[in-house]
Amino acid sequence: MPLTPRSKPEDEETFLRRVRPSDWNNPTPQKTYDLAIVGAGPAGLAAAEHAARHGFRVALIEHNRLGGNSLNVGSVPSKAIISTARVYGTMQDAEAFGAPIPSEPALDFCQVMARMRRIRTRISEYFSAYNLNALGIDIFFGNARFESVDTLLAGDTRLHFKKALIATGARPEPSDIPGLERTDYRTSTTIFDMTALPKRLAVIGGGPLGCELAQAFCRLGSHVTIVQNSPKFLPREERDAAEILSRSMARDGVDIRLNTTVVGARREEGVRILKTVNNGVESEIQANEILLSIGRAANVEGLGLEAAGVEFDTEQGIKVDDFLRSTNPDIYAAGDACLALKFTNAAQASARMATQNALMQEQLRWSQSPIPWCTYCDPEIAHIGLQVWEARRQSIPVKTFTIMMHDVDRAIVDGQETGFVKIHIAETSDTILGATIVASRASELINEMAVIMNNGIGMMALAEIVHTYPTQSEAIILAAQAYKREFDKTSHHAESGA
Amino acid sequence: MNNLARLSDEVLTTRLQRAAFSYLIDYANPATGLVADTSRPGSPCSISVVGFALSCLPIAVGNGWISRADAARRASRLLKFFMQSKQSDAPDATGYKGFYYHFLDMETGQRVWQCELSLIDTALLIAGVLVVGVYFDGGGDEIEIRELADSLYRRVDWRWAQNGTEGLSQGWKPECGFLHYGWEGYNEATILYILGLGSPSFPLAPAGYVTWGLTYQWEHLLDRDVLYSGPLFTHLFSHAWIDFRGIRDAFMREKASDYFENTKSAIVIHREYGERNPHGFEAYSRDFWGVTAGEGPAAEECRENGRDRRFYGYMSRGVPYGPDDGTIAPWAMLATLPFATDTALAGTRRLLEKYPQVCSQDRFSSGFNPTLRVGSGGWLSEGWFGLDQGLLVMMIENHRTGLIWEIMRRSRYVRDGLKRAGFEGGWL
Repeated sequence: MPLTPRSKPEDEETFLRRVRPSDWNNPTPQKTYDLAIVGAGPAGLAAAEHAARHGFRVALIEHNRLGGNSLNVGSVPSKAIISTARVYGTMQDAEAFGAPIPSEPALDFCQVMARMRRIRTRISEYFSAYNLNALGIDIFFGNARFESVDTLLAGDTRLHFKKALIATGARPEPSDIPGLERTDYRTSTTIFDMTALPKRLAVIGGGPLGCELAQAFCRLGSHVTIVQNSPKFLPREERDAAEILSRSMARDGVDIRLNTTVVGARREEGVRILKTVNNGVESEIQANEILLSIGRAANVEGLGLEAAGVEFDTEQGIKVDDFLRSTNPDIYAAGDACLALKFTNAAQASARMATQNALMQEQLRWSQSPIPWCTYCDPEIAHIGLQVWEARRQSIPVKTFTIMMHDVDRAIVDGQETGFVKIHIAETSDTILGATIVASRASELINEMAVIMNNGIGMMALAEIVHTYPTQSEAIILAAQAYKREFDKTSHHAESGA
Repeated sequence: MNNLARLSDEVLTTRLQRAAFSYLIDYANPATGLVADTSRPGSPCSISVVGFALSCLPIAVGNGWISRADAARRASRLLKFFMQSKQSDAPDATGYKGFYYHFLDMETGQRVWQCELSLIDTALLIAGVLVVGVYFDGGGDEIEIRELADSLYRRVDWRWAQNGTEGLSQGWKPECGFLHYGWEGYNEATILYILGLGSPSFPLAPAGYVTWGLTYQWEHLLDRDVLYSGPLFTHLFSHAWIDFRGIRDAFMREKASDYFENTKSAIVIHREYGERNPHGFEAYSRDFWGVTAGEGPAAEECRENGRDRRFYGYMSRGVPYGPDDGTIAPWAMLATLPFATDTALAGTRRLLEKYPQVCSQDRFSSGFNPTLRVGSGGWLSEGWFGLDQGLLVMMIENHRTGLIWEIMRRSRYVRDGLKRAGFEGGWL
């Protein structure tokens, strides 16, 4: 009988011991901290490690678990489930690769969730409470509240600080859909508590998380309906990318309701029902579970920010300048609490930058840091830098060099031909302004663009960089080579004309 | 089986043009003049097809297919219908604020299918109204045509359609107000903006056109520079009325091109895509292309090489990002005649030789998909669509005589609209 790895009880115990030890005693506070950090999500942890490794006295205050949304209920668990869904999706496509479809592709949802928890436990080790403590970081579990411009309470303990960083993250945006509260709906915070695969899942919201989980649960076997109130998914992305995703989800079997508004919700005999309107036409969606995913709201309430002289609003979060400094010059903010880009990598990068600006007399500007982001559907959709419309609004003449993935050998070999690489350049030069990638592993490809852009490499130089063959990143080189051909052609014509 | 492919270029195009025009006569309601969206029984009227039908009247006169008096009578009947039909926010009206519902009952002219008050379809209708308003420049009954055309154009409240924003929505419904859909990226809406900008009564602010232009994407795609738009028809519709050769707005001045040249580039890309045929569709090649809006096989499915092929119904297909299910519009290649004469004819001849069923009674079907095997041939849409027929008549004529382009050059509203959009140079 084959051995099946199952989640052992100790996995969850280990996880909790790392992120919120039950026997933890808050330390006696030091006289003054160089940096007091409120919130131990990706931003807070990155800042704490960065400051501690540079020899600063750091206090880290967390009211819940270390790791924040990303580790506990966000990036890590969702990607673990998406990975399983991809495998399952590939199994269904086995014939396309010359292999038979596995005879028993039935899925054990408990095992899927157990795998997710094992992964989460494993990843939690690096930033465990004990490891952070070993780095010299004083961890205080409890609610944080500013008392003045240079003191805050961690539970009942008063901490004095020279600088502070607010990294309280964000929570799922609430909804005012009538009746939804009574349906016991789920959010990104509670979706991973499910113990059984829902037969029918209704997803409200077509942003990154909504799309990712809609596709993943569909591939795992749920009948998924996704409702988006605007005409396309992923409002931040360009239309072609969003439409490719829409068709991919439809191919998987997701029931797509674009331009549709949920106007009511109720529960009848255990069935959750959403009432929707599309262009004036009403209809209903029945589901066993509802996932609400309409955005994230910064956690700014109850922190005593007024006492600290930190301005904020409930829509935008903490008000910061380009140096990530709040209206109190000794208090900075990072991550979801203040950024429009609510992604783990943006949180970590902004935290490191804020730390350097706060403690190391640097003047690093957030606006000068191209931050890549990705939606982890299949295909993935990733972007860095300016979108075309952003460049055109700034009166920058922009031209896009596009390579379709179906023209890339490795994508053909892999059977992953859906998508494209688009590199946007300032038209009178070879300066790269931004890139959009739709590909099976766009999340990896976009990082090459991040290196290229951060090092100021232009299209001419990029065209000469030798890559391994065959790889999907060849698409980036093909785009640069297309630029070079155009440049050579124009130069030749100019010379001929002369 | 037809023998069209054996005819000379001139005979072939004239025969196809005349047959296409005859659709606009055969499927018109004799009382109202409204023209059916499709040849299928029970089809409602599409107001954009009426716009094409009006525009084709001068062509028919010029070719001697109908008399000028007959054309004037037909134009007058239609303009009177639209002027007298019910304009209100009631769900069963014919129009509102000078705009018209996309689909109308062929007999009563009332809104059907709970459809939207369509901005682009109204623009195509009004473009036809302006054509007859300019063309019929004589005395007698023709005076009334000019007056009606002017009144219909002036009545359209383009500013209302901005809904307090700089841009334009795609439509409005009495049940829910303005649709969320806007105009993003280059497409067929150029004529909509130009007509809106040219209005003497409710002109759009030029900022709206500029704002729309900010969403354009200038791409190097399949080895060619192009102002991208996926479906082929988006590169044709505005050109059916306006001669964009040599006139440029700010965007095209920046790119040292014009919209006519851009359509030529788009055609090259469509042909290149057909040649590369990345999805392995049957027949695709440099001489078999025409991915655009049109009817498709809908819910049909087939499994090939271990994967399900999905097919779509009526939808706007595009190149190279899709959607593409192997369906082409058989009329599309010939409709590019003014831009790429040789390739348009070569492709059309090859299509007629290999798949003569796509053209019955000398009229092209809306959609054809040879990948999906149905009986002995591929899937073929049933009957004919008025839009396809009207566009073909106009494009063949523009290629041959430039008649419609010449008429619209004489419209001061069109000239004003172009100038307010920032166009200059060339004939302007």
